[in-house]
Amino acid sequence: MPAESVKRTIMIALGVCIVCSVLVSTAAVSLKGIQEENRRLDRIKNILMAGDLLDGNRDLNQIYEEKIQPLLVELASGRVLQQKDFESGLNIRDFDIQTVAADREHGRVIPAERDAAGIRRMPKYMVVYPVMKSGNVDKIILPVYGKGLWSTLYGFIALGSDLRTVQGFTIYEHGETPGLGGEVDNPRWKNIWKGKKAFDEQGNLKIRVIKGNVDTKKSEAVYEIDGLSGATWTTIGVDNLVRFWLGDEGYAHFLKRLKEEIHG
Amino acid sequence: MIEHYLGLFIKAVFIENLALAFFLGMCTFLAVSKNAESAVGLGIAVVAVMTITIPVNNVIYTHILKKGALAWAGLPDADLTFIGLITYIAVIAAMVQILEMFLDKYLPVLHSTLGIFLPLITVNCAILGGSLFMVERNYTFPESVVYGFGAGTGWALAVIALAGIREKMKYSDVPKGLRGMGITFIVAGLMAIAFMLFSGIQL
Amino acid sequence: MGKYYKALTEPLFEKNPIAVQILGICSALAVTTRMDTALVMSLAVIAVMSLSSLSVSMIRKGMPGTIRIIVEMTIIASLVIIVDQFLKAYLYETSKQLSIFVGLIITNCIVMGRTEVFALKNPPGISFVDGIGNGLGYSILLVAVAFFRELLGSGKLMGITMLKLQSEGGWYLPNGLFLLAPSGFILVGLFIWVLRTWKPQLREEE
Repeated sequence: MPAESVKRTIMIALGVCIVCSVLVSTAAVSLKGIQEENRRLDRIKNILMAGDLLDGNRDLNQIYEEKIQPLLVELASGRVLQQKDFESGLNIRDFDIQTVAADREHGRVIPAERDAAGIRRMPKYMVVYPVMKSGNVDKIILPVYGKGLWSTLYGFIALGSDLRTVQGFTIYEHGETPGLGGEVDNPRWKNIWKGKKAFDEQGNLKIRVIKGNVDTKKSEAVYEIDGLSGATWTTIGVDNLVRFWLGDEGYAHFLKRLKEEIHG
Repeated sequence: MIEHYLGLFIKAVFIENLALAFFLGMCTFLAVSKNAESAVGLGIAVVAVMTITIPVNNVIYTHILKKGALAWAGLPDADLTFIGLITYIAVIAAMVQILEMFLDKYLPVLHSTLGIFLPLITVNCAILGGSLFMVERNYTFPESVVYGFGAGTGWALAVIALAGIREKMKYSDVPKGLRGMGITFIVAGLMAIAFMLFSGIQL
Repeated sequence: MGKYYKALTEPLFEKNPIAVQILGICSALAVTTRMDTALVMSLAVIAVMSLSSLSVSMIRKGMPGTIRIIVEMTIIASLVIIVDQFLKAYLYETSKQLSIFVGLIITNCIVMGRTEVFALKNPPGISFVDGIGNGLGYSILLVAVAFFRELLGSGKLMGITMLKLQSEGGWYLPNGLFLLAPSGFILVGLFIWVLRTWKPQLREEE
């Protein structure tokens, strides 16, 4: 049979298509479970890191199950939703910020003048991660995200039981300039956040990431975090996203409710 | 709204230049940049192909491949993102072929200048890269049109500029071992530094 | 054995795909800010190249010229997807950093180039070896560039501190430029210079 005949061409094309599609689908389907598990573990790891709960010797899942009881919160009211109130399509385990934000029902457009984090759409609901200690909330870990210089930064901020003190801050996904803005995931810088106050005694949002180094003699120093040197826009981005998420558009209503609950 | 699209365009052309910031399409970038004339031809071909393929891939992604996109066909749980790569490259190859046939039939003059570059484009990673960035950044349809045009323009701009510099360089005394490709890489590096200056622009 | 040895070693320096044939540079430079991503990328490219050369060579006798390119593309794209799926399952951290660059192996001209130029005309065994050889040639350059970029840019190798940074109480002030795109071009340019000084027959006359 000559190599150029129509029949042969179709045979080869079909053969290649069938073999390739079988191989590709087998690989994709059989590895899917492991990949999803990886993605979940990665998220758990970052949550635990923000809450300073990582323990090298123990299984992540185990720590997570033991310490954290995730809640689904309606941001506008600050109400915690019970399992039975969940609308279809919402669940805690597979909560994906991007998917929910893009959803017509569960996401919303942020008016441009209030969109400090530069994210345009956000979910109406968020999953938050309280760390429990003998039945009481010890810390609360809140997911945050917003625009930096090049990319969207995704991270968590952890507040202590007074709901004022920052217990940890971490950025787990970003595409900022390596060595400059990319230092947002430098552990040394993340450590600066520990012990800073996010709110003053009256509950006003005071935390700021400033340009340059914080003057420790100032009374305001407890609210201020050193900016990243050489990365003006990433610094501004982090400042905006933290203030946005701790503010009225973000978790403010939820934090207020939680405070009343804890302190009566 | 206009500002938003303009911002996206400028970002795609200068700040996130596919050739100089992401190293995409380098093979063709270096091979064709020997003289300015063919660089212009290739540049135009890339702009045309990107402006078409990125929106087309956007439609395919949002209506067929994306998780839950097949709900209209009664398959709300299907997630076909894993065959994305092969789909995009097939769309690109098909588009290039169609464009070539179209030009051949209706615009033979343009075909004779751009014709030889079209097959090169299928294996130009800038084109596939553009589609992948579009998916990664979740662009809407109008955004993908603007992004496709902007990214193509940025790439074309870079290749034409490099070709111009290389033509001038014929008269320079370059160390023997560096002649040809060596110095071209270094020039491209310096151009990339120049393009980085745009990164301070906040849009 | 001689011809297999040649197919394996020639692409390392004399016919290095990146430095001499100027192929497949696209993805080469974007993933070289760290050694570990460069190594994983190298392995992925070697796997895709050797297997695609092997499979194309196996069906070369029945391959109709008209749909040659698209058949090769399909094979390469399928292999890339499989590799990508494996990386996401078993090397999650690194695959996150490689992001879209694994996918871009499809349009890596070395892979396409070797199947076109070599695998279509040679039997499977030697095509497979040729694929590995060219993959290794690509890897050498990739790892060499990554070595300098990671060491000078962040004072580390494979994520382990080599030069203690000033910001951590050491003496080394990292040169951030090495982590940015332009340094990749300049390092490849210098690498070509070194190679052509060492092997003058590779020089170009212009």
